[in-house]
Amino acid sequence: MNTDTATELAVDCRGIEKSFGEGETRVQVLRGTDFDARLGQMTFLVGPSGCGKTTLISVIGAILSCEAGEVHVLGSDLRRMKKGALADFRLANFGFIFQEYNLLPALTAAENASIPLVARGESNRDAERSAEELLGKLGLEGHTAKMPAQLSGGQQQRVAIARALIHEPRLLICDEPTASLDAASGHNVMELLRDVALAAERAVLVVTHDHRIFEFADRIHHMSDGVIESTDEHPNEEQDG
Amino acid sequence: MIRVALRMLIGDPTKCLGLVIGVAFSTLLICQQMSIFFGLLGRASSVVNDVREANVWVMDPAVKTIDVSYPLRDTELPRVRGVEGVEWAVPFYKAQVQVRTRQGTLENAVILGIDDASLVGVPDEFVLGGIEDLAMPDAIAVNPAGFRLLFPGQELDLGRTLELNDRRAKIVAIVDAAPAFAANLTIYTRYSLATQYTNNGRNQLRFVLAKSRDGVAAEEVTRRITEQTGLKALTSAQFRWESIHYILANTGIPISFGTVVLLGAIIGVAVVGLTFHQFITENLRQYAALKAIGVRNLRLLRMTLTHAGFVGVLGYGIGLGAAALFFSTVPKKSDALRGFYLLPEVAVGVGVLAAGIVTLSTLISMRRVLSVDPATVFRG
Ligand SMILES: Nc1ncnc2c1ncn2[C@@H]1O[C@H](COP(=O)(O)OP(=O)(O)OP(=O)(O)O)[C@@H](O)[C@H]1O
Ligand SMILES: [Mg+2]
Repeated sequence: MNTDTATELAVDCRGIEKSFGEGETRVQVLRGTDFDARLGQMTFLVGPSGCGKTTLISVIGAILSCEAGEVHVLGSDLRRMKKGALADFRLANFGFIFQEYNLLPALTAAENASIPLVARGESNRDAERSAEELLGKLGLEGHTAKMPAQLSGGQQQRVAIARALIHEPRLLICDEPTASLDAASGHNVMELLRDVALAAERAVLVVTHDHRIFEFADRIHHMSDGVIESTDEHPNEEQDG
Repeated sequence: MIRVALRMLIGDPTKCLGLVIGVAFSTLLICQQMSIFFGLLGRASSVVNDVREANVWVMDPAVKTIDVSYPLRDTELPRVRGVEGVEWAVPFYKAQVQVRTRQGTLENAVILGIDDASLVGVPDEFVLGGIEDLAMPDAIAVNPAGFRLLFPGQELDLGRTLELNDRRAKIVAIVDAAPAFAANLTIYTRYSLATQYTNNGRNQLRFVLAKSRDGVAAEEVTRRITEQTGLKALTSAQFRWESIHYILANTGIPISFGTVVLLGAIIGVAVVGLTFHQFITENLRQYAALKAIGVRNLRLLRMTLTHAGFVGVLGYGIGLGAAALFFSTVPKKSDALRGFYLLPEVAVGVGVLAAGIVTLSTLISMRRVLSVDPATVFRG
């Protein structure tokens, strides 16, 4: 849905090093990884299990720190920011969609979706009203007062999407958003993300194994053993032609 | 986020209830035991308290408590009267007797003999009759709890008789004396009668009650009495504390109550601490999700404090309410607990303790919330 020419970068990472554990059990996961994602695009990150995809987007999402390299996201140098500032930055700019939806089971759909707004200091009532509106757009009208346990997996996923999008984040980070959905639902979710989350000043990052949704990608980074091996700049044009 | 915190807590009704009950139980147990403990200590000094007119007590140097006294020579009374600064001094007799009730049971009674002439030493709250009635032949006054012990199920009234040491005694007044430590039945009578009721008339002075002259401190008078007579002299307040201290030092009461209170506190900390820890652990993923979304640690901390505060306030309220209910009903029905009530100091103290339990539980669990890695939300 976008051309690649001269588009500004939403994410620009250079030479990221990240390891877990120490001594004998130390695993080097990211080995000088470079990664970028452009505004107005849906960027996919694919690769075999254990290659470091989740680790990489965790670093980009400012919930994991790295040992070396540069992490520039939406024009900010994350490595220079303190813990509290990073939390504020996440709240202001990021939306996360986890494979496990991580909804709060004691809260209704609307309350769950409203959390980022409440965390930003909006009143419960205003936040919930916005959440109900967005849930309506996502096809959950009439389900906003239900508890997560009363919703189907796909419905829960949409509540999680609403929570990720309610504060209109500039960068949406999704880890396997369609892994637990059937083909049709997965397709729906991706269409939703494309329609709601994508705009000229915004970007979407998707980690996935799911070939059925590759058609939504503007760019695909292929990762292997901690580094980006290749990038498909026009995945769908190539497929089509 | 406060509301989110409360919803999280209430969303787990089992643990929420466990936490509230834990705090409530500890509060009730500790409030109740401490109040009874202090009530008992009060009884240890109730006889001293009830003598309002005198402010100096004179006794044998070996005496350490109102409950264990030793005879003084009769000549000590005029010697005390002769001490500079003493306005007046009267004899006071105290002994324990066994009374056979109509039902044939034996009951301990504290018999207090007051000065025949002045009738000094009786509390001024009379339920029936008056102090002047004690001047009548064979006249005694008893406390309401004692009356009910002697005549179970009967209305308080006057004119009934009983036998004390084969002598007739007639109840001419009901006096609202606090129950003593050693017995629920307190009998007031004239000094001369009291000696006959207990040891066939042998004159055995036990205490001398004295009043300091206006402008002379009671402490000063006690010092002079000791100097001039070699007897032990204490102000009422000193004697009260000495009697209480005697109980504390010479009975198992502090240990037994202390143990219950300690157990209450330990159980409170254990139940509340463990349940809270489990609650936090089970919700750790949710906390991690909130962290990932961008909720700062300080706010997460405030959320855990909200859980704890809610549990603490509710549990303490329920526990205190139950304790208040206990003390507003049981002591009225049971003379064994008469005069015991929920001391405000105890309520406040237990409130602090409950806050401590809850804070401790929060502190234990807080670390986990603060240290949970938001990155875990991306892992299955
Ligand atoms: N917290 C951690 N402690 C230790 N090792 C970790 C940790 N997180 C990830 N790893 C290791 O880092 C490597 C990369 O993990 P990562 O989750 O990034 O892989 P992935 O590409 O997302 O895999 P998948 O497709 O299965 O989700 C794995 O070998 C994993 O075991
Ligand atoms: Mg992964």
